[in-house]
Amino acid sequence: MSNLPDGRYIDDAPYDPNVDLSALDRSDMDAPNWVLVWRKFKRHKLGLISGIFLLLSYLMLPFAGFISPYTPNERSAEYLYAPPQSINLWHEGSFVGPYVYPITGTADLEEFRWRYRTDTSTPMPLEFLCEGDVYNLFGFIPSDTHLFCAPEGATVFLWGSDRLGRDVFSRIMFGAQLSLTVGLIGITVSFLLGITFGSIAGYFGGKTDWTINRVIEILRSLPELPLWLALSAAVPSSWGPVAVFFIISVILGILDWPGLARAVRSKFLSLREEEYVRAAEMMGAKPSRVIRRHLLPNFMSHLIASATLSIPAMILGETALSFLGLGLRAPAVSWGVMLNDAQNLASIEIYPWTAIPMLPIIVVVLAFNFLGDGLRDSLDPYKA
Amino acid sequence: MMFIRYAAYRLLTMLLTLVVVSMLVFVIINLPPGDYLSNQIAELRATGQAEGVAKAEFLRTEYALDRPLWQQYLIWAGFAPGPNGFSGLLQGDFGWSFEFDRPVADIVGNALWLTVLVNLAAVLFVYAVALPLGVLAAAKSETAVDYTAAFVGYLGLATPNFLLALMLFYYGNKYLGLPIGGLMDPIYEGEPMSPGKVKSVLLHLIVPTFVIGTSGAAAMMQRLRANMLDELSKPYVETAKAKGMSPTRLLTKYPLRMAFNPFVADIGNLLPSMISGSVLVSVVLGLQTIGPALLTALKSQDQFLAAFILMFVALLTLIGTMVSDLLLVLLDPRIRYGARDG
Repeated sequence: MSNLPDGRYIDDAPYDPNVDLSALDRSDMDAPNWVLVWRKFKRHKLGLISGIFLLLSYLMLPFAGFISPYTPNERSAEYLYAPPQSINLWHEGSFVGPYVYPITGTADLEEFRWRYRTDTSTPMPLEFLCEGDVYNLFGFIPSDTHLFCAPEGATVFLWGSDRLGRDVFSRIMFGAQLSLTVGLIGITVSFLLGITFGSIAGYFGGKTDWTINRVIEILRSLPELPLWLALSAAVPSSWGPVAVFFIISVILGILDWPGLARAVRSKFLSLREEEYVRAAEMMGAKPSRVIRRHLLPNFMSHLIASATLSIPAMILGETALSFLGLGLRAPAVSWGVMLNDAQNLASIEIYPWTAIPMLPIIVVVLAFNFLGDGLRDSLDPYKA
Repeated sequence: MMFIRYAAYRLLTMLLTLVVVSMLVFVIINLPPGDYLSNQIAELRATGQAEGVAKAEFLRTEYALDRPLWQQYLIWAGFAPGPNGFSGLLQGDFGWSFEFDRPVADIVGNALWLTVLVNLAAVLFVYAVALPLGVLAAAKSETAVDYTAAFVGYLGLATPNFLLALMLFYYGNKYLGLPIGGLMDPIYEGEPMSPGKVKSVLLHLIVPTFVIGTSGAAAMMQRLRANMLDELSKPYVETAKAKGMSPTRLLTKYPLRMAFNPFVADIGNLLPSMISGSVLVSVVLGLQTIGPALLTALKSQDQFLAAFILMFVALLTLIGTMVSDLLLVLLDPRIRYGARDG
């Protein structure tokens, strides 16, 4: 920079008449928005790992029956409350491949509990791609092939068995099918309601806005859980597990939308004053078209991020309802239903593994939180 | 003067909300097909107990349950006079609990105070924990302190309340000798207040308070930290620093004061979730609050009991939200009266 005699400043760099005027100010902004978002998201390690973990978890769902050695309601009457078994590779210094030790249970009539003895003399190798009980692959293809199962005369309870001798690991796998999808269905319902009401309120304003706003305020000021309880108590007990499951997810969604609607509304209030909205209206676009084509795409990404953050609440909600016995009921398997069994202190004291389903709940909820945080942070790639 | 007008306006909206809430509650309670008395009558008929049927029929007419739903609502809420002197909620007649065969007021009487007590303790806990931790995490942001606080906070958010309750009960009893279950020693049950009883209640409150407060404290801590960080990056902080203000005084004098507003405003969001939590936790821990009563009532369609408890819970929340709104106005003169929508 040099100072000219007449007081002006001038750049010392040589003038290049061929400079590309359409070049980007920042060379890293050379791609469509979603690529930029992805680039930024990749740097959020915790969010990325959580995202991959959740993706794998959801991809696993259709194959839950294949991965688990047992089916969820298969009982082994001789192995009630069996402790977790380990899978070993080496036996007395020589390699045998994955194997388990057989266990035998005896009833301890002094303390009234089951005791198990492991017979460490005979390793029994696991079988792979073997035949077991019938389950439905993808939910509708009956199959009886399991990835691995216990050899004849032994059991493979990776995380122990519960009071009816059902394998906790297999039940967690099957439980994931319901527990993880509750959040998705719930969030879909909440999304639809939230966007519809939020955008109507924000776009039209006036009386509509006032009414919707009051409804939102009332719903938000009510404690969720007692309402969930009341609504799920209204589900007839004669309904099948699938119907109950859908209704519960819908209930969770119905009580969740006000938060989302509020966010949509406040965004719409500012966006509807933009010129492109006026232009679209001038050209005769109907409100529904303006909302769908011109307004919503503006902050869809924000909505997705906030939806990710509210899925955990639904998963926890389903768990709580099922835990109290008002959500999903017995033949259905979800993590909450499983925890219902671990309700008393005695079972935590003597058979701590019946409380294992809490681990996947905590991990999944944490993962959704991290993923949501990561998405939210990377949505605005133009921010330095 | 402006404040009084605003307070009056706020009170009025709260009352209107309460009316709407009461309708909502009444509809929800009546959603399940059938009702307690019809079920009971059918059952008694089937087993051939005639005198029982007479009593149930009597209760039906006594509480106007044989009328159309909207009339039932008006009578229950106390907007219309009921038959035979059932005067409704507005006049303090909460109805009859069919399940326990006693007036609702008798059943929930003590439980109401204990519910308020538990929730108050939890709110205090949230503030006592979130305030210092949030400020510390912001002041020492991106250090080990910050990360530890964030990690603990995330865990608190992710662990289902009821599990935390079971775990804490178990380990608290095993290693610290904390009492299990209930809100006081059985020997103090129904006794007048005494130092021993107060101590017993306080001891029993430790675990429930912790459990109900954790997730709220975690959320509030994160918010306070974010607010503080926003404030700390503003130019006035830099000026103060340049002028040689001591770090502690700098932190507490200005940014903390600013970050405090959302802290108070948040109570409106915090309360519903905490009261929800306390219902669940009470069921798991067997506290004599209204939680367990609500669950029984909902399961057996004991409509007056369930409706009253839901109303009470909603009232508690609404009062809490109103108080937080009023406090916010007192605390922050920039908030304009009346026009609260952005």
